[in-house]
Amino acid sequence: MSPVDALSTLLLAVSLFFFTAGTIGLVRLPDVHSRLHALTKADNVGLGCVVLAVLLQASDWTEGFKLVLIWFLVLAAATNVSFLIAGGTGKRDHDDREGDGR
Amino acid sequence: MTIVQLFDALLALLLLWLAWRAVTDAVLFRAVVSFVALGLVLALTWFRLQAPDLALAEAAVGSGLTGALMLAALRRRSDRSSPTPEGPVKGAALRQLPGWVLAFVIFGALSWAVLSLPIPAQGLTEEAHASLEKSGVTNPVTAVLLNYRSYDTLLEIGVLLLAVVAVWSLRVAPRLRPGSPSGPLLEGLLRFLIPLLIITGGYLLWIGAFAPGGAFQGGALLGGACVLVLLGGLTVGPMTGRIVLLRTGLWAGLAVFIAVGLGAMTSDRWFLEYPVERAKLLILLIETAALISIGLTLGCLFYGGRPESGSSDRSSP
Repeated sequence: MSPVDALSTLLLAVSLFFFTAGTIGLVRLPDVHSRLHALTKADNVGLGCVVLAVLLQASDWTEGFKLVLIWFLVLAAATNVSFLIAGGTGKRDHDDREGDGR
Repeated sequence: MTIVQLFDALLALLLLWLAWRAVTDAVLFRAVVSFVALGLVLALTWFRLQAPDLALAEAAVGSGLTGALMLAALRRRSDRSSPTPEGPVKGAALRQLPGWVLAFVIFGALSWAVLSLPIPAQGLTEEAHASLEKSGVTNPVTAVLLNYRSYDTLLEIGVLLLAVVAVWSLRVAPRLRPGSPSGPLLEGLLRFLIPLLIITGGYLLWIGAFAPGGAFQGGALLGGACVLVLLGGLTVGPMTGRIVLLRTGLWAGLAVFIAVGLGAMTSDRWFLEYPVERAKLLILLIETAALISIGLTLGCLFYGGRPESGSSDRSSP
C-alpha cells in the first residue's frame, strides 16, 4: 500500500468514526437542537474527511475541483438547513420536548 | 460473500424496507421522508447497476422534485386544517384485499416477464453502438433518447406540457408571501446557489453528448432553482415575471422539437430523421429548448396553479 493510499484509508476511518458518532447522536439525543448539534458537527467533519480521502485518489484537477465544489455545497446547504430547522422548531420547541420529536 | 455483494444485498433490503415505510407509515410526513430516502437509495442502486443516467434522473426528479411536490401537498393539506381521523377502521383489511391481490398478480406477471428473458439478454445494445457514429453524439443513452427513439422523447415533452395545462386549469396559484421567510442567511445561500444551479444545468446538458447527463437531468436542476426561488420568497424569477415569457418557455421544447422534425422532412427524409452531418447541432438545439421547458414545467408544477392575471404587478413586496 502506497503512503497516499494509507492516508486515504486513515481519513476514511476517521470519517467513519465521525459519521457513526453523528448518527448515534441523532438517534439517542433527546430534542431537535441537540440532535442538530450532533449531526452538523459530526457530518461536516465526516464529509470533509471523505472528500479529502477521495481527493488524494483523484486522477486530474477537474475531478478534484468537482469534489471540492460538492464539499462546499454540502457545507453551505447543511448550515442553512440546520439553521432553518432550528428556527422552525424554536417556536414549538416546548411541545417537541413533550411530544413525538420527529 | 464479498463485501461488494454484502453492500448490494443491504441496498436491496433497504429499498424494500423504505418502500414499505413510504406506503404504510401512518404519519404522512414520515412517509414522505421515507419516499425521499427511497429515491436516494434507488439512485445509488441504479449507479450500482451501471446506469448513471438513470441514477442522475432518479436523484433529481424522483427524489428531489417529487419529494418537494409531496411536501408542498402535505403543507396545503394541513393548511386546510382538516385532519382525518387516523387509526384502524373496521373492515379495512377486507377492503384492501382486492388491492393486495391485484398488486401480487402484477408483481407475479412482472417477475415472470423478467425471469423469462433469455440470458444473455438479446437487447439492441450492439445496434445502438454500431450506429453511434451517425447519431451525432457519443453517449449511447443520449443517442437513443434524442435520435433513434426521439419520437418517444417528443411525446414525453408533450406530456410534460399537458401536465402544466392540467394544473393551470385546476386552480390559481396560492399567493406568494413576499419576503424571505428565514432572513438573510437563506437569501445569501440562494444568491449563489441559483446561478450555480443554472450553470450546472447547462453543464449537464452539454456533457450529455458524451457522458451521463442531458436535458432531463439539467432541467431538473432548473426546476430545483425555481422551487428554491419560490420557497425563499424571492420576488424574481419566471413565476412572477411576464406571463408571456413563461408561456413561451413552456412551449419552446415541444415547438422546437416538432419544428426540427418537420424541417428534416423538407429534404426527402422521414419525420425526425436528422441529416447525419448536422445531427449534433440539431440535438443540441432540441435539448436546449427542452431543458428550459422541463425546468419551467417542474417549477410550475411546484407552484401548483396558474399565475394570477396581471401577476407582473405584484412583483413588488
